[in-house]
Amino acid sequence: MEGLGYLGAGIGAGLAVIGAGLGIGNIAASAAEGTARQPEATSDIRTTMIIAAALIEGVALFGEVICVLLALK
Amino acid sequence: MRVKAISRILALVVPVLLSLNSHVFAVTAQAEAPVKESATAAAPAGPATVAAPEGVAPAEATATHEAEGAEKPGEVIMHHILDNKVYPIEPFGEIHLPEIAAKPFGIDISVTKHVVMVWLACAVLLVVGLTVGASFKSLSSKESPKGMANAIEALIDFIRTDVAKSNIGHGYEKFVPFLVTVFFFILICNLIGLIPYGATATGNINVTLTLALFTFVITQAAAFKAQGVKGYLQHLTAGTHWSLWIIMVPIEIIGQFTKPFALTIRLFANMTAGHIIIYSLIFIAFILKSYVVAMAVSVPFAIFIYLLELFVAFLQAFVFTMLSALFIGLATAHEGHDDHAVEGAHH
Repeated sequence: MEGLGYLGAGIGAGLAVIGAGLGIGNIAASAAEGTARQPEATSDIRTTMIIAAALIEGVALFGEVICVLLALK
Repeated sequence: MRVKAISRILALVVPVLLSLNSHVFAVTAQAEAPVKESATAAAPAGPATVAAPEGVAPAEATATHEAEGAEKPGEVIMHHILDNKVYPIEPFGEIHLPEIAAKPFGIDISVTKHVVMVWLACAVLLVVGLTVGASFKSLSSKESPKGMANAIEALIDFIRTDVAKSNIGHGYEKFVPFLVTVFFFILICNLIGLIPYGATATGNINVTLTLALFTFVITQAAAFKAQGVKGYLQHLTAGTHWSLWIIMVPIEIIGQFTKPFALTIRLFANMTAGHIIIYSLIFIAFILKSYVVAMAVSVPFAIFIYLLELFVAFLQAFVFTMLSALFIGLATAHEGHDDHAVEGAHH
């Protein structure tokens, strides 16, 4: 039964990465599209993209930290 | 100029070295004994449960085995990531940092690895700041800055216009010194962690929490100053009907605390995760005991992640500064409650 903690940590880390990957992928896709449509807004789009990606990444990292704590327990 | 810079570095580094008092430079012979002791001491607690079903090795045998160098990868990684009072200089032994016996309010204020790294970052920051400042003062109005001053100017200008001005807007000048300081401090801490024998101070949650607390205090102070007590309290209701206040006010109050918390965890987890990944990739070769894996997987991927970390060091310093500016901008925004649509998206 002790191994279940590690299993949970591994699955949790994977799920967090899936979520973050989907989210950041969506942002990058939209940003690329937006830049292609309106090249003059590139710098604004880039800034917004980085902020949004950082926020999503932050939430994913919450999950990862919890997984690390679970694996080290 | 160069002589001046070197003398400044010495003036800053020598007192730091002197403050690490005499027993600092104790070398390997002394250091090895406590490691073995701790391994044997720790062993009975661990293998007592694990060894029972296996029935292979008694506790002492595993302990001596571990002490000979076949430690678990996880333990080695955590030892490198976490803060401790021993500063390892691998082939030459290790430095025992001075312990401070006095514990005010029960807090251990001994010098640790990350504290030394923070001092080092402060020293680098001081040297860079003073030399660049001096070289700017010596310029006439027609000359353009050269070398390091030029590079630093580009970064400072980037933070002033693209981060502070575009996020805070009116009255951004007051916050530029804070944002620039935070940016360079985090950047230097991150970069020191990528130098051999360095440790990432920003990979310690205490450091990032302190940085986030600065942002929190400045954000709150700026909000009070910009809106007054009445405006601040009005802000907490998010401009909704009074019947919704029972929901909105707690959410807004919690929102004030989530922002620095998110800043803390983001920086901490980013810096720690990068180092864990590099160590894990290196340990793949040791676990599989294969030169082919080391050549084909460990080394190239570790170098790739290292370069990625170099980028992340800049990116996270930028993101921390950017979000600090954004939070200050949201707190000081005057016009109506339009900003809540933006604010809500960040929770």
